[in-house]
Amino acid sequence: MRQPVKKTKKLKKELTLDQKINRRNFISFTTFGVLGATAYGGWRWLYTSPLEMPGITGGAHKPLRRALNKTELFFRRFFSNNNQVRTYPKSMAAKIVRHNSDIGADGKFDVTAWRLQVNKITGEKLAITIDELKALPKTEIIFDFKCVEGWDQIQHWAGVRFIDFVEHYQLHDETRLDYVGMETPDKGYYIGLDMPSAMHPQTILAYEMNDKPLPLNHGQPLRLIIPVKYGIKNLKRIGSISFSNQRPRDYWAELGYDYYSGL
Amino acid sequence: MKAIKEKHSLAMRWCHWVNFPILTIMIWSGMLIYWANDEYKITLFGHTYVRFFPDWYYNLLHIPHRLAEGMAFHFLFMWFFTLNGIFYILYTIISGEWRDLVPNRHSFKEAFLVILHDLHIRKMAPLQNKYNAAQRIAYTAIIVMGVGSVITGLAIYKPAQFYYLTWLCGGYHFARIIHFALTLGYVFFFIVHVVQVILAGWNNFRSVVSGFEIVDEKPVSIIQTTPKDETTS
Repeated sequence: MRQPVKKTKKLKKELTLDQKINRRNFISFTTFGVLGATAYGGWRWLYTSPLEMPGITGGAHKPLRRALNKTELFFRRFFSNNNQVRTYPKSMAAKIVRHNSDIGADGKFDVTAWRLQVNKITGEKLAITIDELKALPKTEIIFDFKCVEGWDQIQHWAGVRFIDFVEHYQLHDETRLDYVGMETPDKGYYIGLDMPSAMHPQTILAYEMNDKPLPLNHGQPLRLIIPVKYGIKNLKRIGSISFSNQRPRDYWAELGYDYYSGL
Repeated sequence: MKAIKEKHSLAMRWCHWVNFPILTIMIWSGMLIYWANDEYKITLFGHTYVRFFPDWYYNLLHIPHRLAEGMAFHFLFMWFFTLNGIFYILYTIISGEWRDLVPNRHSFKEAFLVILHDLHIRKMAPLQNKYNAAQRIAYTAIIVMGVGSVITGLAIYKPAQFYYLTWLCGGYHFARIIHFALTLGYVFFFIVHVVQVILAGWNNFRSVVSGFEIVDEKPVSIIQTTPKDETTS
C-alpha cells in the first residue's frame, strides 16, 4: 500500500551525489580559504608589529621579544650545574683562536693601571689587581666555544672560576641577587648574566689563553669565559662587576638578541 | 558509477596545512641565521659545485644582516612546528592511520616498481591502498626528518643542557650540518611533492583539503547467476 504523501517540512530529499560533493567542497574550501587568509593576516600582523621600546632589551619586534623571554623561562628549567659542557684534550685546542670583535676592548689601554672593580651591595668597591687574581686557584678549560653566528671552535682558557672568586672575596650576599653585570673599562661593551649561569662551575674569569697571558685582542688582562652562553656574553677586558635583581644592561640584548642567550 | 571515497582524516589535513606555512617560516628564519656563518658548500675533488648561498640569492630574499631577527622568529615558530608534529604523530599512532602510512615489508621492492611506473617505463603500478609504496616511504621519511630537525635543533640550541642530544647527533658542529642538510631535504621533498601533486590532478589535491576523492565504482550485481553446468548435474 502506498503511503500518502504529506506536505510537511520533515520530508527531506536525500541529496544527490553531486549535491553532496558540491556541499562538502564548498564547506571545506571555504574553511580552507578563511583559515588561510587568517593565517596570512596573523603573519602580516607579526611581521609588521612595532619594535619594543628601547630599554634593557631593544631592537626586536614586541611579540617576538615576549616570546624570547617566555622561551627563556621554559628552558631555564633545564639548567643545572650538573650539565656541563664537554671538555677536550689540550691537543685539540685551536692554535689560532678566532677573534670576532673588539667592541669595548679597542684603542689604547694601560694594562698596568688596570684594576678589577667589584661593586658590592654595601656600596663598597673592591679594586683587584691581576696578580691577586692569579694567586687564587687556577682552573683550565678546553671546550667548544660557540658563537651566536653559528661557528664553534675548541679553545683553551685558564683563570679563576667565578665561584672561587666569589668564595675568596666573600660575595655571598651579592650572589643571592638574580643577576651579574660586567662592563669593559671604557663601558663600550657590557653584559648581563643570570646568577645560575654565572655561578656555573665552568664559568671562568680568564687571564690565560693557550698557556699564555691573554693577548690584547682577546681581552687583556682579564676576560669572561662562560661556556654555558654564546660568545656574545664572553666579555673581553672586564672593567667592573656588579650585582642586582634587575637585568643589567646588555650590549647585544639592546640590539635585538635574546637576553638569556644560554646554551 | 561515481562515488565518494573518504581519503584523508580531518586531523591529517589540519596538520598538513598548519605545517606548511610554519615550515616555510622555519626555513626562511633558518636562512637568516645561517647567513651569519654561511660556510657550507658541496666540494668534490677540489671543485666547489654549490655554495650555500650565492650573493644574488641572499640579496633576492633580503637575507643579509638579520641574524637577531631570524633567531627571534625561529625560536618562536619552533614551538608550533614541534607541537604540530607531536600532535600528528600521536594522532597517527592512536587512530591506527599509521597502518596506511608506515612502509611494510613489501614497500621497498614495490617502491621501485612505482618509480618505474611514474617514469613511464613500466605500465602497471602495484596495487595500493591509500598510499603506494613510494608514498609510504616518502611520507614516513618526512616525519622522521621532522623529528630529526627537532632533535638536531635542540642539540645546537642548548648543547650544554641537552648534551646527550648533542652527543647523539655527533657533536655540536655535526648537529648543525645535519640540521642544515635536513632543511635541504625538505626543499627537495617539496619540489618532488608539488610535481607529483600536479601530475596526480585535481581529485587527488582536493582530498587533502576536503578529505574525499571521487571514485568510479563498477556496480556490483546483486543477483548471482549460477552457471548452468552445476544446476543440471
